[in-house]
Amino acid sequence: MGVGHGSGLHLPGTSLLHRLPPECKLLAVFAFVLLVVATPREQFWAFGVFALVLVAVARVGRVPLGLLARRLVIEVPFVLFAVLLPFVARGERVDVLGLSLSESGLLAAFNILAKATLGATATILLATTTDVRGLLRGLERLRLPRSFVAILSFMVRYADVVAGEMQRMRIARASRGYDPKHLLQARALAASAGALFLRAYERGERVYLAMVSRGWSGAMPVLDERRATGREWVTALVLPAAAALVSASAWVAQS
Amino acid sequence: MTAPSLEVEGLAFAYPDGHQALFGVDLVVQRGERVAVLGPNGAGKTTLVLHLNGVLSGGRGSVQVAGLPVVKENLREVRRRVGIVFQDPDDQLFMPTVGEDVAFGPANLGLRGDELQARVDRALDLVGMREFADRAPGHLSGGQRRRVAVATVLAMEPEVLVLDEPSSNLDPTARRELAEILLALDTTIVMVTHDLPYALQLCPRSVVLDGGVIVADGSTRDLLCDEQLMSAHRLELPYGFDPVSAGRSTR
Repeated sequence: MGVGHGSGLHLPGTSLLHRLPPECKLLAVFAFVLLVVATPREQFWAFGVFALVLVAVARVGRVPLGLLARRLVIEVPFVLFAVLLPFVARGERVDVLGLSLSESGLLAAFNILAKATLGATATILLATTTDVRGLLRGLERLRLPRSFVAILSFMVRYADVVAGEMQRMRIARASRGYDPKHLLQARALAASAGALFLRAYERGERVYLAMVSRGWSGAMPVLDERRATGREWVTALVLPAAAALVSASAWVAQS
Repeated sequence: MTAPSLEVEGLAFAYPDGHQALFGVDLVVQRGERVAVLGPNGAGKTTLVLHLNGVLSGGRGSVQVAGLPVVKENLREVRRRVGIVFQDPDDQLFMPTVGEDVAFGPANLGLRGDELQARVDRALDLVGMREFADRAPGHLSGGQRRRVAVATVLAMEPEVLVLDEPSSNLDPTARRELAEILLALDTTIVMVTHDLPYALQLCPRSVVLDGGVIVADGSTRDLLCDEQLMSAHRLELPYGFDPVSAGRSTR
């Protein structure tokens, strides 16, 4: 594939991971996340093994670990709540560095943090080694209804166009001296949001006209009919198989 | 004798809100002709265009494309025969890549595999954009996007190519390149435009649409030289442009 059409997250490459059909990768990641979530939280070692598995996957995809770590920052707002848990939860308290923390809260926080981080890492690996078009194709081959896929692909196509319109409106506001200092001045922003919505809506109608004019009759045509081979499925399923093994061992250790 | 590419007869149309846009339009375009539709804003130009492939219908009168009436049963074939290039290429290019976008129309016609690929390649070759097939439309320049928009329609091998304001938002070079591409096609072309020099360069014949009727029909040069007609319908030549000599001495 050429340069210049990647999304922000995709890191072009030719590794085994990049070449795997997107539908295999999607399913593998989904199964992996489910298995991680289903693993009992008391078995700390299991999560270490999961992490090692992901590091191995990253090595196969030649994804630099530093890049992976930086992208994990996106997780922070979602796990902030987990950090509070040890302070607010009830139950037996333990002293850590002079702070009295709830034991069940600590465990819950670890549970959320570990599982969220593993899930996010797996997803980031998927996004880093698969371009957006590939993801859409994969979803389509996994029998996600075609209209959903079409809506997603329009979103990808028009995100930049709408962002451009938003940017031009911002510049137009600023050019006329708009510099909001307090809440009462937010009115112009609300009006802009409304205008943006209307423009997007009208564009939607024009796009629909253009589609109808080219013979669209309700279903997006399938342009790429290549199917994943059995071998590719087996390769991709190595990830959830490893995770299943870890999870099963954790359950055995738990009982 | 072959039927004309386009035959519009007594076409009248009012929008659901009661606004009447067309009051009986008659227009015949022969095969291979290039015709410009001129007229002020609000004259009904876009309404007329949307009737040509049956997106709008329900008023009085009839439209025939190469002998085929534009009625519900024929819409699929009509939309293959009439290719409309809309004004904003961002509306027309909705697929993730240029190649997929050009393939959208022919795929809707049922083409698949190698046949589809050949169509796409040929259409992109016609507008000189073959090497951009894998690019996202958002990453192209305005002129390139316009050319791809033309290719998306050419891929359906239309009888008539309808262009809505083809030169809008193009820089002079892109405008000239598009003109060269259009002049090289042997398809029938109907071009709606405010760009009168462009009409003169591309279309030997023009019609003036105003108030929902065709008020003039003739050679583009004659119409542009008719000052009375021009000012009566809010048509104005750019400063310094002389339709009598334009395009003659430089050849």
